[in-house]
Amino acid sequence: MLRFFFLRLGRAALTVALVVTFAFVVLRLSGDPALIIMSVDAPPEAIAAFRKAWGLDDPIWLQYLRYFSAIGQGELGQSMRDGRPALELVAERIPATLALTLPALALKLGIGIPAGIYASLHRDSLIDRVVMVTAVAGFTVPSFVLGLVLVLIFSVQLGWLPSGGQESWRHAILPVLTLGIGGAAVLARFTRSAMLEVLGQSYIRTASAKGVPWPAVVRGHALPNAAVPTVTIVGFMVGSLIAGAVVVESVFSWPGVGRLLVVSVANRDLAVVQCILLLVAITMVSANLIVDLLYGVLDPRLRSGAKAGAH
Amino acid sequence: MLDRFGSVADPLVEINGLTVAFDGVKVLHGIDLSVARGEAVGLVGESGCGKSVTWLAALGLLPKKASVSGNVRLGSTELIDAEPDVLDTVRGGRIAMIFQDPASALNPVLRLGKQVGEALALHGGLSGAAIRAEARRLFDLVGIPDAARRLDAFPHELSGGQNQRVMIAMALAGKPDLLVADEPTTALDATIQAQILELLTKIRRETDMALVLISHDLGVISQTCDRVCVMYAGRIIETAEAQSLFDEPLHPYTQGLIAALPPLEGVRRRLDPIEGNVPEPWNLPPGCAFAPRCPRRGEACDAGVPPLAWKAPGRFAACIKALQAEPVRPREPVYA
Amino acid sequence: MSAPLLQARNVARCYHMRKGLLGRSVEVRAVDGVSLTVERGRTLGLVGESGSGKSTTGRLALGLEKPDAGDVLFNGAPMPATDTLAWRQMRARMQMIYQDPLGALDRRLQIVEQVREPFDVHDLGEPKEREALAFALLQSVGLRADQGRRYPHELSGGQRQRAVIARALATKPDLLVCDEPVSALDVSIQAQVINLLVDIQQELGLGLLFISHDLKVVRQVSHRVAVMYLGRIVEEGEADLLLSSPAHPYTEALVSAAPVPGRRTRPRIVLQGDPPNPAARPSGCAFHPRCHAARERCKVESPLLKPMPDGRLAACHVAHDQANFLKAAS
Repeated sequence: MLRFFFLRLGRAALTVALVVTFAFVVLRLSGDPALIIMSVDAPPEAIAAFRKAWGLDDPIWLQYLRYFSAIGQGELGQSMRDGRPALELVAERIPATLALTLPALALKLGIGIPAGIYASLHRDSLIDRVVMVTAVAGFTVPSFVLGLVLVLIFSVQLGWLPSGGQESWRHAILPVLTLGIGGAAVLARFTRSAMLEVLGQSYIRTASAKGVPWPAVVRGHALPNAAVPTVTIVGFMVGSLIAGAVVVESVFSWPGVGRLLVVSVANRDLAVVQCILLLVAITMVSANLIVDLLYGVLDPRLRSGAKAGAH
Repeated sequence: MLDRFGSVADPLVEINGLTVAFDGVKVLHGIDLSVARGEAVGLVGESGCGKSVTWLAALGLLPKKASVSGNVRLGSTELIDAEPDVLDTVRGGRIAMIFQDPASALNPVLRLGKQVGEALALHGGLSGAAIRAEARRLFDLVGIPDAARRLDAFPHELSGGQNQRVMIAMALAGKPDLLVADEPTTALDATIQAQILELLTKIRRETDMALVLISHDLGVISQTCDRVCVMYAGRIIETAEAQSLFDEPLHPYTQGLIAALPPLEGVRRRLDPIEGNVPEPWNLPPGCAFAPRCPRRGEACDAGVPPLAWKAPGRFAACIKALQAEPVRPREPVYA
Repeated sequence: MSAPLLQARNVARCYHMRKGLLGRSVEVRAVDGVSLTVERGRTLGLVGESGSGKSTTGRLALGLEKPDAGDVLFNGAPMPATDTLAWRQMRARMQMIYQDPLGALDRRLQIVEQVREPFDVHDLGEPKEREALAFALLQSVGLRADQGRRYPHELSGGQRQRAVIARALATKPDLLVCDEPVSALDVSIQAQVINLLVDIQQELGLGLLFISHDLKVVRQVSHRVAVMYLGRIVEEGEADLLLSSPAHPYTEALVSAAPVPGRRTRPRIVLQGDPPNPAARPSGCAFHPRCHAARERCKVESPLLKPMPDGRLAACHVAHDQANFLKAAS
């Protein structure tokens, strides 16, 4: 098991390294940093001095190594807008984003999973159809459209809730709903199809044939098996806790990481963009790692493969 | 032996007029079948003949979209449209069922001991350490080596044959009066099939449990069962003691099945296949369902569905052309 | 004397099975030194349980897999390298029929189009005549023209297998390898397909390698039978002789375990233990842990497949000792 864990950990580290490299390449491709920072009509001597100071004259592989080791030491550069460390800038926005994404995640799990289970157990019933239609709608309607519709209804028409800003908990309601509804729909769909797949399996019939009451068959036999595919999508949702709100934060002018990303891209504040990218990669990869480990817990068939590797 | 009305003397289970339809298409057209205590009955037929559906319907294990009618009586209990809690005590407790592919019939994420223990808790009233001890005894009984360790194993860690033994152990947990085995050896290798059939026979001898063996394989049925029902297109078309059925089949379909089987010994001859195909359930011929493929078909065969009628002591066939034994009293429709 | 149609000489095929992620890789000998011969117009039946390597042997015989050791000769010549023109020409002369006809057919194409395909691929006959040729082939396997216009899912299992056989015959092959061709079919349909195969062989003089777990079916079609256990042939001989008086204890158990309706003429020998695992091959004779006749010698010394006095081949110390004893006594 330990070996399995370290193997996955190594793979996670490799993924992050790849993302970091990708960021480096994109940063270099997007133009000469000297020209961007110093502006095009700066005197050539100044630009040359800037290049020398930042090591931009060195061969590209040396720059890459330097960049890589800086990241390894947690040195993520400074914002070119106000000169503060990029990491600090990003870190202070995280709580605001989590204030949206965590309640939204709770909403997704709390509505999506029960709705999916219910729909699968009452297949083709009215509720099943309602869930499925909602799920398809939630799947296809982009979040900015949903957000705007909610604003139109609850802020403009009814005037119940504020349409943007971060002053009170009431400001969070619409963005959380916007994030949560779509995710709940996706999750309901996944849970339903996972459950239907499991309910059609022979071992469900075996459980019934040995006299296990139906509710216990669902709880004891169907749910543990349906959990495996469902965990995948939940893991993806957990992984997007940091960066999953870019659009919604913009729609509701919520000062989170997502909005910082949009602003930084517009301002070409590359250090900040790179820092966010790294953060997103790390959360995604960690969530994936947890999902992989959970698989082993949930499904012994996957676990024994790991055991065999460990001896 | 069956009486003249096709019933056994002291029926454990009695099925009367059982019909099943899926989306309005009838797949079972009135099955009458009784099983005596301790008896081994074989249900044989080709795919789609309704042999499995009969018992899944009797135990209420068909999906909701199936419409089931008729009667299935277990002692004084009626099983068709019974309340869920009635069915739950019968299933596993009085009638247990095992299935074709043991690897997929066991829950992949639960330990074997837990799956067997569940049945013991439900029907044996056991709990805690007693469950484990009894589960271990059952594993020993069905010949699983290293029983104590296997209780903590998962299905994928065992071979197909061992998993089928686990299924049998699980079925025995509720001390049932009847075990319905639905193609229990079809997914297994020949030598393992022999082991499982021997185990089923041994258990039946030791516990006086009745056995219904559902199989497409005449050989498997012949070696395990006292009495055989041959099914075709949703009906029982012949029933008799195993020995007499295989020595002298009466229904042309049974004769055809036996003639189509290559022999393992003796002179090799060209096989006599049954020409044509099994009719689709939504496209049955007007009279006898076998008539279009039958070498002895006559005009009368298309006039109506022949009833399963008494032909000789203990022998019934649903064929108007089949050899007729001397009727002692006027013939009447008789069901097995 | 001309060379036999197909000859496999000491072919072996290993797989490497990794135990878990990055675990040590274990060598699994799926086929371990198998020699067999298929003559023109004759059928060799290949019998064994799962893990015996019978299907792998079939693929090796067809050149679908390359043996790790030994060689396969077709008409006395070695298999050409894969994907060369010579290889493709040779492949047209040997065809394979699998257990699942639905999987072997393309669901989106009419039956006749699929039977026509080999004519197009190998450029046989005039393009205008190809469809007529395809219909003629379908007729020869007992399918009507209107059935030829249908899609695979519109036919029954037996009809699909007929279609697959028709397609296999399109290139006028010399060799047909059938891997469990009737196992998925109902008894009444099984007999139709078996008869068809026998008729085709008589008419066209094909060599058949017939792989099946069903002894009854194998006996019906085979002139000779080879029994495989854990990647090796343990007994081979004339079909009736081998199945009526098996020499190897494993063959004996297989024969006795075959379910036959009606009165049993020989006692059933129930082998103990699970089917063998190719990844953990027992020492000596691989069958010894399940063998009722096993002696000390069987645990250490692997028996060779060698001729018995009656002409068949057997790989069993006990069987050979008995035969020698009888010979000495007489």
